[in-house]
Amino acid sequence: MGAMSAKTKAKTQESEHAALGLTDDDVLEMYYYIALARALDDRMWVLQRAGKAMFVISGPGHEGCQVAAMWPMDKKKDWFVPFYRSVAACLVKGMSPADLLLGLFARANDPSSGGRQMPGHYGHPGVKILSTSSPVGTQYPHAAGIAYASTLRKTGEVTMVAIGEGGTSQGDWHEALNFAGVYKLPCLFIVENNEYAISVPLRKQMAVGSVAVRGAGYGMPGVSADGSDVLECYRVAKEAYDRARRGDGPTLIEFRVPRLGSHSSDDQQERYRPKEELERVRQRDPLKTFGAYLQRAGLLTDARKQEIADRIKREIDQATDVADASPEPDPTTGARYVFAEKGAADA
Amino acid sequence: MPEVRYIDAINQAHHLAMEHDDSVIVMGEDVGAKGGVFGATMGLLEKFGEWRVIDTPLAESSIAGVAIGMSVNGLRPIAEFQFADFIHPAFNQIVSEAARMRYRSNNAFGCPVVFRAPYGGSHGTALYHSQSIEAFYAHVPGLKVVAPSTPYDAKGMLLAAVQDPDPVLFLEHKRMYRLVRGEVPGGEYTVPIGPAVVRREGTDLSVFAYGWMLHETLQAAETASKEGINAEVVDLRTLAPLDKDTILKSVAKTNRALIVYEDNRFLGYGAEVAALIAEEAFESLDAPVLRLGGPDVPGVPFAKKLEEWFSISQEKILAAIRKLAAY
Repeated sequence: MGAMSAKTKAKTQESEHAALGLTDDDVLEMYYYIALARALDDRMWVLQRAGKAMFVISGPGHEGCQVAAMWPMDKKKDWFVPFYRSVAACLVKGMSPADLLLGLFARANDPSSGGRQMPGHYGHPGVKILSTSSPVGTQYPHAAGIAYASTLRKTGEVTMVAIGEGGTSQGDWHEALNFAGVYKLPCLFIVENNEYAISVPLRKQMAVGSVAVRGAGYGMPGVSADGSDVLECYRVAKEAYDRARRGDGPTLIEFRVPRLGSHSSDDQQERYRPKEELERVRQRDPLKTFGAYLQRAGLLTDARKQEIADRIKREIDQATDVADASPEPDPTTGARYVFAEKGAADA
Repeated sequence: MPEVRYIDAINQAHHLAMEHDDSVIVMGEDVGAKGGVFGATMGLLEKFGEWRVIDTPLAESSIAGVAIGMSVNGLRPIAEFQFADFIHPAFNQIVSEAARMRYRSNNAFGCPVVFRAPYGGSHGTALYHSQSIEAFYAHVPGLKVVAPSTPYDAKGMLLAAVQDPDPVLFLEHKRMYRLVRGEVPGGEYTVPIGPAVVRREGTDLSVFAYGWMLHETLQAAETASKEGINAEVVDLRTLAPLDKDTILKSVAKTNRALIVYEDNRFLGYGAEVAALIAEEAFESLDAPVLRLGGPDVPGVPFAKKLEEWFSISQEKILAAIRKLAAY
């Protein structure tokens, strides 16, 4: 009886990703990216603790929804406007682990900024990831502008932008949604709600229970999905993506995610989050929940899991070596690129 | 060459830029059906349609922020702020984003946006429709700030700004819109962003000004010449990056310098010009560098007599010229 029900369940679960149009290879690759992002994240913190990096800010717990939301997108054609927790999303979009570590080490060939910005400020023109700053919320109007240009120029591009729930208190966030709503822009407005803006809890950030309800104020659907349910995240993102592609306008998506780590390497979340709560959020780790789903579906055997882990370790070791061996910026270049340089092609 | 008003020159530049290049768009409050509160964008909506002439929601930060996003994806936006006084909500977008995008991305991304802002005191426009904002922005590396003073320059510099690969804050003193006329060619031409220009040759002292203050200064210099004081008048035109050479060359010739600006005096634009001259032309100087700026009060007051008290008139400039010449 017990064995029977487990088998039935596995069968139902298996059809869950197939029903969404995802192949076995798709979900295994999604798992790989979630695990890669987590392993890279762990590596960044180890390097920081070892004194190899000044600072880390990353997104443990956010990987599942990021991989799922990026999955339907055209990685070459579409735009992504990230925030500092977008480690997994940037990897899926096309940045390599070495690209991210070059930023962590502030090296000359860091594609995000050539070592000019703090770690976690991603950007990459080659894979259409817009450069990020530190003031929270400013990226939202940029996404609306990119999407407006796509519409006017008829490029067929879709733009995805991400932020945490704290950023939704900024005026820029609201102004961007309003503008995008008016012009029905092909845009996915992602909010990764981990219930903390550094130390400020959700109840002090907003008077509504879900960010998604705010979509109504801007004439767009607002949906909310559990960030630990990777397939559900994919489902809502795919629907929003298709809607944008059809020209039906933007969607506001809230992913409710666990924040497994502190805000940054300069923060200790144990000082303001109860132990039991930290215990509880660990149960919602998307790496665990999605891994468990794949095991139930018979796709992630122990051998396969080990194989993936080994591959990731190799890749991250290699990326660390590459980044570590890369040169630091030449101080004589400090005054370059305040403006476009004469004779150089316009960016 | 036909003589047109300053506002007409601005309007012509918009039409030509949009005809010339499909990627140029105009956005701002009331820029469409109304043609702008000052008429700068008159006739554009009819010609180029709603998607290229965008009446935006009343939210300045997103006017700047959306324009930045457009500019990284192939468009050349001209974003109008209805009054420079209302640009402040967009400060973060202009300073943290537009001005820093190229530097922070190590040249991967640039923001070719023109931010237009009508500034300065006119008649009866008070604290919130009279502000001079140049000092806030000229301080910021990565942003070009211009304040043309003639219709010829306004048109040519606006066309240059649209073609510039970097963000340009384009300041238009409102007083000039309908008061200042000048010869302007009908077709396209550019006036480069950067060089200052000597508007009046002189030998006794140099006066540096821009925007409407240039016109008041030229009048004052004319009066001074009748008193035997021969003032050179330099139109700075581009406030950032600053044309140091033209300034230093003029001071080397006249040995005396006065900077006239309408903004309140303390830490205003004139302070930087004065510091430049003190540091790099000390040995040429026969007198202290003088600044003539507005009073250090929070804004231009409304009542006529109070407004006159605040404003930099040609009489006040003449008095400063006399003082400098007599030193």
